[in-house]
Amino acid sequence: MPADHPEGSASPVDAAPGESEPTSIQQVLATEGVDAEPGPPPEFESLVSLTHRATTLDPTAEPVLTVRDLKMHFPLRSAVVRRTVGYVQAVDGISFEVPRGGSLGLVGESGCGKSTTGQLITRLYKPTAGSMMFEGHDLATVGKKAMKPLRREVQMIFQDPYSSLNPRHTVGSIVATPLRTHDVVPRSQVLSRVQELLEVVGLNPEHYNRYPNEFSGGQRQRIGIARALALQPKLLVADEPVSALDVSIQAQVVNLLQDLQQEFGIAYLFIAHDLAVVRHVCPEVAVMYLGKIVEIADRESLYEHAHHPYTQALLSAVPDVKQAAIGGRRERIMLTGDVPSPINPPSGCRFRTRCPIAQDICARHEPPLMQIGPRHKVACHFAGELGHHPVQPVTAPLYADDADRSPQTARLTEVSSEVGYGPRWLDLATGDLTGERRKDAGGGPESGQDLSGPPLTTG
Amino acid sequence: MSPGPADGAPLLAVDNLTVRFPTADGLVQAVTELSYTVEQGRTLGIVGESGSGKSVSSMAVLGLHDAHSARIAGSIKVAGEEIVGSDEKTMRRLRGNTVAMIFQDALAALHPFKRIGKQLGEAYLVHHPDATKREARRRSIQMLERVGIPQPDRRIDDFPHQFSGGMRQRAMIAMGLINDPALLIADEPTTALDVTVQAQILDLLQDLQREFNSGIIIITHDLGVVAEMADDVLVMYGGRGVEYGPTREILIHPQMPYTWGLLSSVPDVHADPNARMIPITGNPPSLLDPPSGCPFHPRCAHVQKVPGDLCRTILPELVPGPRGGGHLKRCHLVDPEEIYATEVLPEIAPDLAEVGADARADAGAGAGADVRGDG
Repeated sequence: MPADHPEGSASPVDAAPGESEPTSIQQVLATEGVDAEPGPPPEFESLVSLTHRATTLDPTAEPVLTVRDLKMHFPLRSAVVRRTVGYVQAVDGISFEVPRGGSLGLVGESGCGKSTTGQLITRLYKPTAGSMMFEGHDLATVGKKAMKPLRREVQMIFQDPYSSLNPRHTVGSIVATPLRTHDVVPRSQVLSRVQELLEVVGLNPEHYNRYPNEFSGGQRQRIGIARALALQPKLLVADEPVSALDVSIQAQVVNLLQDLQQEFGIAYLFIAHDLAVVRHVCPEVAVMYLGKIVEIADRESLYEHAHHPYTQALLSAVPDVKQAAIGGRRERIMLTGDVPSPINPPSGCRFRTRCPIAQDICARHEPPLMQIGPRHKVACHFAGELGHHPVQPVTAPLYADDADRSPQTARLTEVSSEVGYGPRWLDLATGDLTGERRKDAGGGPESGQDLSGPPLTTG
Repeated sequence: MSPGPADGAPLLAVDNLTVRFPTADGLVQAVTELSYTVEQGRTLGIVGESGSGKSVSSMAVLGLHDAHSARIAGSIKVAGEEIVGSDEKTMRRLRGNTVAMIFQDALAALHPFKRIGKQLGEAYLVHHPDATKREARRRSIQMLERVGIPQPDRRIDDFPHQFSGGMRQRAMIAMGLINDPALLIADEPTTALDVTVQAQILDLLQDLQREFNSGIIIITHDLGVVAEMADDVLVMYGGRGVEYGPTREILIHPQMPYTWGLLSSVPDVHADPNARMIPITGNPPSLLDPPSGCPFHPRCAHVQKVPGDLCRTILPELVPGPRGGGHLKRCHLVDPEEIYATEVLPEIAPDLAEVGADARADAGAGAGADVRGDG
């Protein structure tokens, strides 16, 4: 926690950086106060040593937040007769886990419900249905009073650092507000705590008396982060934390977020549309489309072996510096048209209206989110790597006449019932279940005969 | 597709352009001694942070700066015609006809009370005074269809708010192209859009360029967009060009630490997970009181590699780099190529660095082409 932060009590960092080797990038950055005389920039080698590689996955981490079947339907009221004429199905039954001290990325186009999800978790909205288990409490149902202590644990960073800070409050008062509201520290210590927090995020602690307009966009985002850190949360919902910032500043904030995660073990739900930044920050990523999760997987599976045509299209649309540099550009999957309205979403699979491989079944049945790898789930009838989508829907047994009794159905049900990742998954090559035990046998199409027998009952 | 108009002069030649804004706080040095050219059928990408002068310089091309509040020096020649100092009448003839601009925020750039068709038709009628309204409408429908708006004959009577973000951007491109301009300036045309829509718009721009053989300036902060779209790149910092050359040269062999910084600040979607995001420390310089010497020196992580106080005291010239081929750079570093390959690249793209190192070992000078094969 910031209080135990070794540098917490150090003298303000506006001293020349050359005096001692900086130990965190925030110290380097703190030296560039708004009007501070710029010292010499750090050498490239020391700058590198203060940055992070892509965050790695801890597969053993327990979930800090478990979201199950979360729904948010906003009522649409007619202006003429005062009654509800429909619902905007912003979030429609999503399930995921955020590992303790880890990060889950949530990506998708605008209007896919990713920001609404973040606002549900911070309980800025009360969900229509579903549960959000956090530390033994269901955030979806707790009352206002019971929610207050939980708000200390779940904090949020907003996208726009200009509108999320009150221009008439000093930075000190902005960061101190959560401390006062929740009585975290005695009144007399609020100021010193604020200064510590400013220092942690790489701002000059002497600047607590300034107003937001005196800071640049990147510095304002740091103020927002300091405010979120003030309550020492266990979970931070970061809603597009870098997309409003200049490119050169984005990397500063991303490194700061990685720093804070390593130091304080904060879990992130990282909401963004920039697939490349998400890839760097989040070892696990969920892709949303029109209120549903269509694919969720670890970094390697999602970015290198995407099985959902939407994920494939998204990835192919990202302009790629490296690709262009080595000549030629990646084949693009063009999505035609726009995202359909969430008021009246398409039947069956919601992506089918723009999907290059959609067939009849896609309009009739909504595909379940099936586990197809140790840490890989996808919701598609024709799940497969780009160019290798199966001809027959993998979900066909679910809709066959004898669906109730078929062992295939039970297998499909089993792999699509867990919120997190189960021990067994569907092997798309064989249609059988396979499990962790078989993992060391290599990448062959082993079917795990011992596992694919009579189905287990599922909940 | 063949570059160069009939008389051999480039379509757009900006020479020593300087733009100053006198303000209560002092003189804002928005653009200083900027030079570049755009040939017909070619695309120039201008990259830089906010405040680097990229938008100001291209607005000067359209003569959009108020003569009272801006001091403009130097020369801008569009198809041989001088823009700087020309009167409003000349400018009105050129704007929308020879040079057109599409803006970042289509919702703000389109009039909210006027139907799309009316706004498109207006742009056409201004430069075709003899045309009838009916002709303007037909031409507008044609353009909307060309930019891929479904049912253009019906959507033409919509208001801008009835269009989605991608469709508004398309409508604005249609408006920009309705008079078949020789030069199109696109100021962050896709920044507000989702990646899938961005891909559609970029493809559309490329198609239209092939069709109309126009020159395009694309202003962006996204190096990925530049990599896909541009033939040449101009990197701007603090109102000056700091690196200029063919896109592949700039992206594979960047020679200016600011360009390195831009490249290392954006992760790649297929990058090696060992790649780092290395920020540029500090903030963009004040244009009221620019730093002495090289404008980038207060943020440059490689200042120490230059002997003496050169970076702080002397502004480097924009001169051809050691690789030639029209690659200009503004930097004092003696061997930027070596520093980039051995220090920067291994951190920001370890996979590419390895291939590059092998290629260097094979003494392959044109290593760029065979840097493939990293899966």
